[in-house]
Amino acid sequence: MNGPFAFTLALGDDALIAAQRLAEWTTRAPEMEEDIALANIALDQLGAARLLLSYAGELEGAGRDEDALAYLREDREFRNCLLVELPNGDFAVTMAKLLVLSAYQLPLYTALAGCPDERLAAIGAKARKESAYHLDHATLWVKRLGDGTEESHRRMQSGIDQVWPYAHELFAARPDTPVDPATLRAEFDAAVGAVLAEATIAVPDSGWAPAGGRDGVHTEHLSYLLAEMQVLHRAHPGAHW
Amino acid sequence: MYGNDFPGEDPPGGLLGEVEAAEAALRAAAQQDRDAAGPGTDLAAYFAQVVDADQKIEPRDWMPEAYRRTLIRQIAQHAHSEIIGMQPEGNWISRAPSLKRKAILLAKVQDEAGHGLYLYAAAETLGISRDELVDLLLDGRQKYSSIFNYPTLSWADVGAIGWLVDGAAIVNQVPLCRCSYGPYARAMIRVCKEESFHQRQGYEILHVLAHGTPAQRAMAQDAVDRWWYPSLAMFGPPDGDSTHSAQSMAWKIKRFSNDELRQRFVDMCVGQAEVLGLAIPDPGLRWNDERQAYDFTQPDYAELMRVISGDGPCNRERIAHRRRAHAEGAWVREAAAAYAAKQRNKKKEMVAA
Repeated sequence: MNGPFAFTLALGDDALIAAQRLAEWTTRAPEMEEDIALANIALDQLGAARLLLSYAGELEGAGRDEDALAYLREDREFRNCLLVELPNGDFAVTMAKLLVLSAYQLPLYTALAGCPDERLAAIGAKARKESAYHLDHATLWVKRLGDGTEESHRRMQSGIDQVWPYAHELFAARPDTPVDPATLRAEFDAAVGAVLAEATIAVPDSGWAPAGGRDGVHTEHLSYLLAEMQVLHRAHPGAHW
Repeated sequence: MYGNDFPGEDPPGGLLGEVEAAEAALRAAAQQDRDAAGPGTDLAAYFAQVVDADQKIEPRDWMPEAYRRTLIRQIAQHAHSEIIGMQPEGNWISRAPSLKRKAILLAKVQDEAGHGLYLYAAAETLGISRDELVDLLLDGRQKYSSIFNYPTLSWADVGAIGWLVDGAAIVNQVPLCRCSYGPYARAMIRVCKEESFHQRQGYEILHVLAHGTPAQRAMAQDAVDRWWYPSLAMFGPPDGDSTHSAQSMAWKIKRFSNDELRQRFVDMCVGQAEVLGLAIPDPGLRWNDERQAYDFTQPDYAELMRVISGDGPCNRERIAHRRRAHAEGAWVREAAAAYAAKQRNKKKEMVAA
């Protein structure tokens, strides 16, 4: 699957699955302020997902709207990167995931804002402002945890170690798309490298580079996530909500 | 983009109008000079004078110790209710049946956390810290609203909570916009505006379900059947049994009795239920021409007392969930404190050097 539909769908799926995971934190965060912040970021991701999936549906031209795409596809049809479907883990794992995701989405949406497709450009222009906030939030926490207590340092290092291999998939070359993610890797490495250095966190040195999300070959986690997300919608075919 | 697209008028009742009026009165009170003589030496007399004149007591003013304690108890329980109240609705975020509904629900639960924060901040003006209040909640020494001990068993419960639970909360809270303690009154004005928005969204969820498929309609009716009496019980025990009422009324913390507010809520809901096309589960509900109000069957107050004392369907889970989140987050809070201390030291060293 290639072309603008596949590209838009993949970005929409990234945002949708990220939103679903972040929303799992609601009522569980370490502080009330953080409950609000995580819900806020989840809402931003969900907002971007709705714009991208709606547009993907239009590009496809088969009459599928945002809900048909979110609720009526199976896991083999989802195109999100593996990173976003990984379980939340502890707060450090979640912040490691958010750091990687937002440091990828910020340059991606920024580049998208300048692309010739007006709809994608508008979505990129809106979403990049939100990504900048997400990156800032993740940066602050990675520093606090990395350079906080011994335990928080250990957990933050472990979080980065777990998440880091999944960053490779984000930057796999896709020269046929409006923004080739491979061109964003240098900016990502510079931004994240600076944060990790300040947080006294070592950049993991692993050759493992799991991938497959863009082809619909996911981890075992996605199917459970979708089962929960889709259960009610699928139980009432054709109903409006 | 989160809703506000319910076609039609505000549900009847004009409660938002009362909130606006309270806000105007609050501004007027702030501008008006207090008694030119000031507090003088008779602090108690000055306090009584301010309350009688419908002016606001502010954090630095002298106040009777019992007034302070009553307000701490009430505001803290209110704050705790917002925080515990995130759980029953939060339970459906992952399964919301459309992306629009998911966004609206997520935004709503986020608002509740925000209300909790305003209210803890209002309580802190009375000389207690948020950490102490949270400990009182987690130790079971302070309560939260009985309603959040009921489970959300279907999507329609999210609608019923918005319509009935938020509806009851607004009826309860609108008079608090005029309460004598300034920080609480100001917090309630903000809270009531947002709650009224949530109530409309809940009503809209039920409206869509009630006009949807037979299964959706049955889901909506079942939710109203389960939430009606717990919502009526939110107004507290009947006037004869209410322990705090008389003093709170004299201090203008409370403005109306439990039974008066409950009646106002029933009268408001009947018309709204008719528009929804859903039945209120009370065979005794009928218009009383003499009273110009609806007669209705009272909630089971023995059940209310059981739930308040800890034996409702979800009391144990709700508190266990809060305790777990607090305990599991301890290392994060410690890290934030340690990091902040390091940053302060770095700054000091730079200044010294």
